[in-house]
Amino acid sequence: MRHFLFAAAALAAFATPAVAETIAITGGRVVVGDGTAPIDGGTVIIRDGNVIAAGASVAVPADARRIDAKGKWVTPGVFAGFTRLGLSEVDAVKGTNDKSGGKSGFSAAIDVAPAIDPFRSPFAVNRAAGVTRAVVAPEAAESIFAGQGAIADLGADSNPVTRARAFQFAEFGEDGSALSGGSRAGTHLHFRAMLREAQDYAAGRGNFDDELLKAEDAKALLNVLRGETRLLIHVEGANDMLRLIELKRDFPSVKMVFVGASEGWRIAPQLVEARIPVIASALNDLPATFEMLGATQSNIGRMKDAGVQVAIGMINDRDSHQLRYTTQYAGNIVSLQFVPGATGLTWDEAFAAISSVPADIMGVGDRFGSLKAGKAADVVIWDGDPLELSSAATTVFIDGVEQPLTNRQNRLRDRYARPTEGDLPKAYDR
Amino acid sequence: MQKKRQHKHMKSNLRWSIVAAPLALMACSNAEGPKTASATPVAKPAEKVPAPFPSTYKAYPGVATAIRNVTVYDGEGGKIDNGVVFITAGKISSVGGPETAIPAGVMVIDGTGKFVTPGIIDIHSHLGDYPTPSVEAHSDGNEATSPTTPEVWAEHSVWPQDPGFSRALANGGVTALQILPGSANLMGGRSVVLKNVYARTVQGMKFPDAPYGMKMACGENPKRVYGAKGRMPSTRMGNIAVNRQTWIKAQDYKKKRDSGKEYTRDLGMETLAGVLDGDISIQNHCYRADEMALVLDMAKEFGYKVSTFHHAVESYKIADLLRDNGVCSAVWADWWGFKMEAYDAIPENAAILQNTGACVIIHSDDENQIQRLNQEAAKAQADGRRMGINISDAEVIKWLTYNPAKALGISDKTGSLKPGKMADLVLWNGNPLSVYARPYKVWIDGALMFDASNPKIRPVSDFELGQPGEGDVK
Repeated sequence: MRHFLFAAAALAAFATPAVAETIAITGGRVVVGDGTAPIDGGTVIIRDGNVIAAGASVAVPADARRIDAKGKWVTPGVFAGFTRLGLSEVDAVKGTNDKSGGKSGFSAAIDVAPAIDPFRSPFAVNRAAGVTRAVVAPEAAESIFAGQGAIADLGADSNPVTRARAFQFAEFGEDGSALSGGSRAGTHLHFRAMLREAQDYAAGRGNFDDELLKAEDAKALLNVLRGETRLLIHVEGANDMLRLIELKRDFPSVKMVFVGASEGWRIAPQLVEARIPVIASALNDLPATFEMLGATQSNIGRMKDAGVQVAIGMINDRDSHQLRYTTQYAGNIVSLQFVPGATGLTWDEAFAAISSVPADIMGVGDRFGSLKAGKAADVVIWDGDPLELSSAATTVFIDGVEQPLTNRQNRLRDRYARPTEGDLPKAYDR
Repeated sequence: MQKKRQHKHMKSNLRWSIVAAPLALMACSNAEGPKTASATPVAKPAEKVPAPFPSTYKAYPGVATAIRNVTVYDGEGGKIDNGVVFITAGKISSVGGPETAIPAGVMVIDGTGKFVTPGIIDIHSHLGDYPTPSVEAHSDGNEATSPTTPEVWAEHSVWPQDPGFSRALANGGVTALQILPGSANLMGGRSVVLKNVYARTVQGMKFPDAPYGMKMACGENPKRVYGAKGRMPSTRMGNIAVNRQTWIKAQDYKKKRDSGKEYTRDLGMETLAGVLDGDISIQNHCYRADEMALVLDMAKEFGYKVSTFHHAVESYKIADLLRDNGVCSAVWADWWGFKMEAYDAIPENAAILQNTGACVIIHSDDENQIQRLNQEAAKAQADGRRMGINISDAEVIKWLTYNPAKALGISDKTGSLKPGKMADLVLWNGNPLSVYARPYKVWIDGALMFDASNPKIRPVSDFELGQPGEGDVK
C-alpha cells in the first residue's frame, strides 16, 4: 500500500510549499552554477520558494529546517537547454504526441504552452534525474517557423509553464530547405517575406497577404521582429550560419540564438562578432548530413574558447524523454580535456553550460540557473558528482518545493525486483 | 520532408522508424518480392561448396607490447590491480599481477592510472548498412518488400567507408561488431560480424570464421510495415503465423537437402536450414516479455535456439525464463517511451537480469551510443546498486565483451583477456565506467589501430578525406 494513490498523494503533498518554511542545506559541496568553483562545506538557504543565500559562510537561521548534505553535492537544478518535454508520452502513438502543430494551418502563431502536459511520464522521470527547468520547443511541419516555445518547470503540480511564448523556433539548413520549397534560397526568401508581411500587417497595409501568414502568425512574428521574443534557429552547417549572420544585419533587432550548430567551431569568431549565443548539441561527431561534415565533440569547447556564449541542448536527440542525458553529455565534454588534441570544458564551465548559461541565453538568468540570493529555489542534492554516471539526485526542490522522485519506472522496478510470481499474480503486487 | 524525418529518427533513436522512409518509395513496387530469384542452382548435400564471400581480413602487423602497472578487467569478471598484459604475435600472451614476467626488448607501456579491458563488442549495429551521412541513397538496412527475407545478407549492404566505424573505435573502443539487417521483417536476413578495421571491401572486414546470425523481429514493426500494405502480417498473431509457416517450409527444405537426392537451392531456405542445423544463431529483436515467451515456444516447436533477444526492454519481467532457456538479453541502459512496446522499459533491466542469473549484453543500435557502451553499462550498474543489486565493475565489463562474444559464437577467439585469444584490447585513460574516461589506445589482433596521442593512428574513411574536419579528434 505504500504507493497508494501515488499521483494524487504526490500532488497534495508537494504542490504547495509549506508556508514560510526556511530550509538550510548544510555541509555539502555547493555548486553555484555560474562557472565558479564548487564550495566545500557550503550552505544553501531556501525560503518562500527562493534562494536566500548560498555559499561558504552563510548563517543558518534558527528556525530553519536543516538538511544535512555532508558528503553530497548541492547544485542548481539542470536547466535543459532545448527539449520537447511534455509534448509526448509515447512518440509513435499519435494521440499522445503534440510536438508538431503544423498541420493546423498556422505556423509562427502556434504556442506549445497548452500542449505541455505535466502529467506525462517524462516529467516525473526527468525530475527524478535532477532536471528542474526546460526550454520546450515545437517541431516544424509546414513552415520554417515552428511556433512559440515555452520555458517549463518540472514540478509535480498542474502548472508546468514558467514562461509561455518565450521564444519563436525556426528551421534553417537542410530541414529549413525542405520546409520552404527545396532550396535554402527559398528559406531566406520565406524568412524575409514573412517578416515583411508581419510588418505590413502591423501597418494595416492592404497588401497583407495571408498566403504565407495568417494574422495570428503575423502577430507572433512581430514580436520576433521587434526583439521582444527570441528567435531560436536550428542550424547545423557553417555556411548556413554565416548566411544567417548576414541576414541578421538586415534585421538588427531580431535576437537570434542558434540551436544545434554542429559546425559552429568553424565560424566561432563570426558568432562572437555577431553576438549570437548557441545552444549546441554536445556530442554530435558524425557527418549525419552534409551540413554536419565538420561535426566534432570538441565543438562546444572550441566555441567557448573563442568567446561564444554556449549552452548544451538536445535538439532532435531524445528531446522529449531523455533530458536526464544532459548531465552525462556535460560529463563527456569535461572528459575531452584529457584527450590529446580535443577541446572540452572544465567541470565548472560544463556545469554552467547546463544551468546558468542556458538560462542566461533564454533571458531568464535573473531568476533561474544558479544558486544566488533572490533566484528561484531550483536546488538538487546529489549523492556524488552530478556529471558522473554513478551519481543520482537524492532531493529535488523546484521553486522551493521538495519534489516526489517516484515515477512509473520505479513502480515497475519494485514490482519485478523478483520477477517470479508470489502468492498472487504480479497484477496484485503494488 | 522525407529526408528530414529520416534524419530525425536516426538521431532520436529508432532504427525501427527508418523502415517507414524507404517504404514510401517502394509503395508502388511489386508487392511480391523477388522470392524466387535466388532459387536456381541444383545441389547435392554431399557437395562441399566453399563459403561464398569469404573473409579476406588479415591482422595488421603489431609489435610485442607489455602494459604494466595497469588495472585489468579481463572480460570474464576478473580484476587485477597493478597488473600486466603482454601481447605478442597478435595474441594475448600473458595477463597477471605485477610479478608477471615481461620479456626483454619488448615495448613497455606504463599503465599507471589507466585501465585495460578486452575490446568492446557491439552485438547490434547498423554501421555500414545505415551509414552516415544518413541519406536515402545509403538506406540499405531493410529489404522491406516481403515480411520474410532470410535470403538477404547484411554484408551485401555494408559500406566499408562508413565514418561511424572510426568513431566507434576511437571513442568507444569497439573492436568487433555484428551488423544486422533492420527490423521491418519477421525474418530480416543474415547478419555479419566484422572486425572494426577499415578495409576496401566488406570481405576485408569480416571476422574470420565467425558464425552467421539471422535477424528476426517481433512486435510492432513487421505488423505495421506489412499491415500498411494490406498484407500479412498486420497483427501479432499474424507475425507468429507467418513465422511458423516459414519454419515448416524450412523443415521441409532441410529434409529434402538431407535426403541425399538432388534438390533446388534456395538462398532463404539455406539460411533457415542453417538455423535448424544450429550453425546460424538467431538474433531476435523483441521488446515485450510476453512476445519473447511466445518466441521461445516457437523455437521449441521447430527445434532451433534463440541466441539473444535484442532491445529486450521487458526482459526483467521474465528474467527467470530467460535464464532457464540460456538466452541473452541485449539491452540499452535506459531507452524508453519512443513507441508503445518500449513503454515499460526501466533502467534496472540489466541489473534485475544479472541478479536473476540471466545473460546481459549492452548494445547500441545507434551510431552515437556505440561510442559510449561503457557509459551505458555504468548507468545500468548504478541503477542496480540503488535498488540493492551490487554488480562489480569487472562483471559489468563482461556485458560489453565476453557476453556478446559468447552470443555471437566468437568467445573462443575474442571477448576476454585470456592467453591465446586475439589481442583485441583497449587501454583506457581512466576507469571505463566513469564518464571521464576515453580510449587511449586500441589494439585489434595485436595491431595498434587507435592511439589518442598520435593523430596518424586514427582512421579517416574515404568519405571524410578532403572534407572539413578531416582527421579531427571527433
